[in-house]
Amino acid sequence: MDRRNFLRAVALTGAAITTMKEADAMSLLTQSFETANAAKYDLVAVMGAEPEAMFRKAIAEMGGMKNFISKGDKVCVKPNIGWDQPVEMAANTNPKLIAEIVKQCFDAGASEVTVFDHTCDDWRKSYSSSGIEEAAKKEGAKVVPGHQESYYKTVSLPMGKSLKSAKIHQAIVDSDKWINVPVLKNHGGAQLSISMKNYMGIVWDRGYFHANDLQQCIADVCTYAKRPVLNVVDAYRLMKTSGPRGKSLSDVVLSKGLFVSQDIIAADTAAANFFNQAREMPLEKVTHISKGQELGVGTMDLENLNIRRLRM
Amino acid sequence: MNGVGTDHPYRPDCSVIKHNSYLKASIMLKKIRVILSVILFSLITLYFLDFRDLLPWKLHFLAEIQLIPALLALNFFVLLFLLALTLILGRVYCSSICPMGIYQDIVSWFSKRFIKKKKYNYSQAKKVLRWSMLAATVVAFIFGFTFLVGLLDPYGAYGRMVTHLFRPAYLAGNNLLGTIFTSFDNYTFYKVSIYLLGLFSTLLSLITLAVIGYLAWKNGRTWCNTVCPVGTTLGFMSKFSLFKIQFVDENCNSCGLCSMKCKASCIDTKNKQIDYSRCVTCFNCIESCNRDAMKYRLVKQGKRKASESVPAYSYVKDDKQVDESKRRFLSASLITGLAAGNLIAQEVTNGLNPKRELKREVPIAPPGVPSFDHLQEKCISCHLCVSKCPSHVIKPAFLEYGLGGMMQPKLYFDKGFCNYDCTICGDVCPTGAILPLTREEKNHTQMGQVQLIIENCIVYYDETSCGACSEHCPTQAVHMVPYKDSLTIPEINQEICVGCGGCEYVCPAIPFKAIYVEGLTSQNVIELEQEEVKETVIDDFGF
Repeated sequence: MDRRNFLRAVALTGAAITTMKEADAMSLLTQSFETANAAKYDLVAVMGAEPEAMFRKAIAEMGGMKNFISKGDKVCVKPNIGWDQPVEMAANTNPKLIAEIVKQCFDAGASEVTVFDHTCDDWRKSYSSSGIEEAAKKEGAKVVPGHQESYYKTVSLPMGKSLKSAKIHQAIVDSDKWINVPVLKNHGGAQLSISMKNYMGIVWDRGYFHANDLQQCIADVCTYAKRPVLNVVDAYRLMKTSGPRGKSLSDVVLSKGLFVSQDIIAADTAAANFFNQAREMPLEKVTHISKGQELGVGTMDLENLNIRRLRM
Repeated sequence: MNGVGTDHPYRPDCSVIKHNSYLKASIMLKKIRVILSVILFSLITLYFLDFRDLLPWKLHFLAEIQLIPALLALNFFVLLFLLALTLILGRVYCSSICPMGIYQDIVSWFSKRFIKKKKYNYSQAKKVLRWSMLAATVVAFIFGFTFLVGLLDPYGAYGRMVTHLFRPAYLAGNNLLGTIFTSFDNYTFYKVSIYLLGLFSTLLSLITLAVIGYLAWKNGRTWCNTVCPVGTTLGFMSKFSLFKIQFVDENCNSCGLCSMKCKASCIDTKNKQIDYSRCVTCFNCIESCNRDAMKYRLVKQGKRKASESVPAYSYVKDDKQVDESKRRFLSASLITGLAAGNLIAQEVTNGLNPKRELKREVPIAPPGVPSFDHLQEKCISCHLCVSKCPSHVIKPAFLEYGLGGMMQPKLYFDKGFCNYDCTICGDVCPTGAILPLTREEKNHTQMGQVQLIIENCIVYYDETSCGACSEHCPTQAVHMVPYKDSLTIPEINQEICVGCGGCEYVCPAIPFKAIYVEGLTSQNVIELEQEEVKETVIDDFGF
């Protein structure tokens, strides 16, 4: 327990030192859900088409990309590019979806779109095998590396319980807006890897998460003041077993789903329910979602949300 | 490289105008040699340095055409080619193919920039030294002590110099560019980590660089003609080559210019004799001669016998004399050395700490090394695999394989883990120590077996979720099973473990990891169940 206390002390000191930034952070927090025209729905769920088509439909229902991206914005699109695996394995976000999002960001007037992930496998291999590097570059995005600590900046997480500060990639820290684009997967430790778990690709020290209550740390990092303007869950294919890396195609289901929400807890709750149809996965097991709700990051109460369900 | 840019008085004999064109052709020979050397040297060096796969993959043939690698790989095509090359043209291998040879030429070229009046002198051949070095190497190899071959093979030694000395400098340069470009928001260059791969190998590379460099600075190709076993072998063969550099007695006035330019110190101007066992066919002598008194030409059989049979014969005799006396001594000392090595190795492995901090007892060889014996027999420690591994998991061993396996490649998981689908080390290995694997074969190759120390596991002692190990496991040899409440805890199945080290690398338990890979003295083929793809249809949102 000594180690823990020591780490806590370090984290708290860090937090104290960065209190200057907190004022900024709090104001950002309150601003983050402000949009040009209030989104029509809290959550849009689409089924039955190609990833890019489903996104087009969903974003139109949300009032269009202009609702979230302003002219001149520096945007960061954060897919899951964790693994050296092909598209069919659903270990990474679908590149077609990323291409479409990048394109729409530019159409909405973004001055720059950056794409990155802190990968688990070798980043060069993951970027290329996933197809995301090529797809994003084709649409004009800047694909940047995330394999060195020097790319990460320390931010404080005053609301976190186990995680009081984290080093977050400068592409996110320096952006005006960011879009979180996870893929729906089973995860051996966290049970599910969706939008909240995708945050582990924006931080440097993932080992700290695993060593200090993984589920709580995932919830904690989601309190980072700069929230994504959109969470887009790619469930075109979902990995039902052996996640998050997967070992064979028998782990994958062609589910053709997509979920879009500004509320990360709502997005993950919806996606978890969707996943539950492929393999039993009660929400109680995916404890980082409820821990996130406790921290006030969002709501799991889908009943009281304005949800648009669409089939294509 | 010798003599490039030196402006010496070039005065062809006016009386023999028809020689003019021949003279030009002779100088062309040197130009061709220099150009070929520079190209091959740059390519093989850059191939070692190139961490971004900018160079074509096929360039690993540059390592395969080296003599010792070809010999160990039993690459008959290359061996026949090198044999024919030497028997026809002389030691072109030493001049233009061997990177260590060209390294020496570069050093002596620089020495001439600093020492304006630098000149070489003819010296007697160090026959005893040469042949005993060769004999020692051969004997050591026969007794399974490949270390000496690896130590002295010029390609292997050069490879280590690049890997441990030039590569860090290259990476540092890349990082500098990376810093500059990144500050302008340009990600053409990305930063890479630089670290010491092995103290012993690095020190040895430094010594090699310094010793061979010093000899080259002083006396040109001394190393090639005293220590290098490849040089001695090819030198012996080149005595019988069809084309040779020869004195044209009627034109020669014994001025000694050629001898001064001879980096192999093999031209005896007084007696107008050339020691072909040391001549590396650099053509510097031909270029230096003002009287067109040196020619590279086909040797007539009869003449050759008359002029050279005596020294050639005496060399063979020397060899036998040396062998008889030295062989016993060498084999005896080597056996002692090996025994000592085994003892040291045993001490290392027996010195285990009974605590839960577990040290690997058996090292992990790269994928495609059938057994440690195979590795010991074939590997010359050129460290091409170390340089080329994209996951940075190969480094030179110290005493883990025993004394004879020093510097041979082993896997470690401090900086990464072995990529499941990657077969690069076997693809580039020029000696066949690491056999090439297909992706399918690699996926079924077991280099080591996973070991779980459950009391070190975070899920066990802290009762919080983790699963980092299973997350990285490509075959799910480490998989998560239900534990208390909603927790899952790792469970291992050694039978389907490939030993990639993903679990070990990523395990966040401190201070002692809860999972690690134990090596195997010989690698296994694992059977992976082919799971059927079941059609799962989801036709509702589920909420």
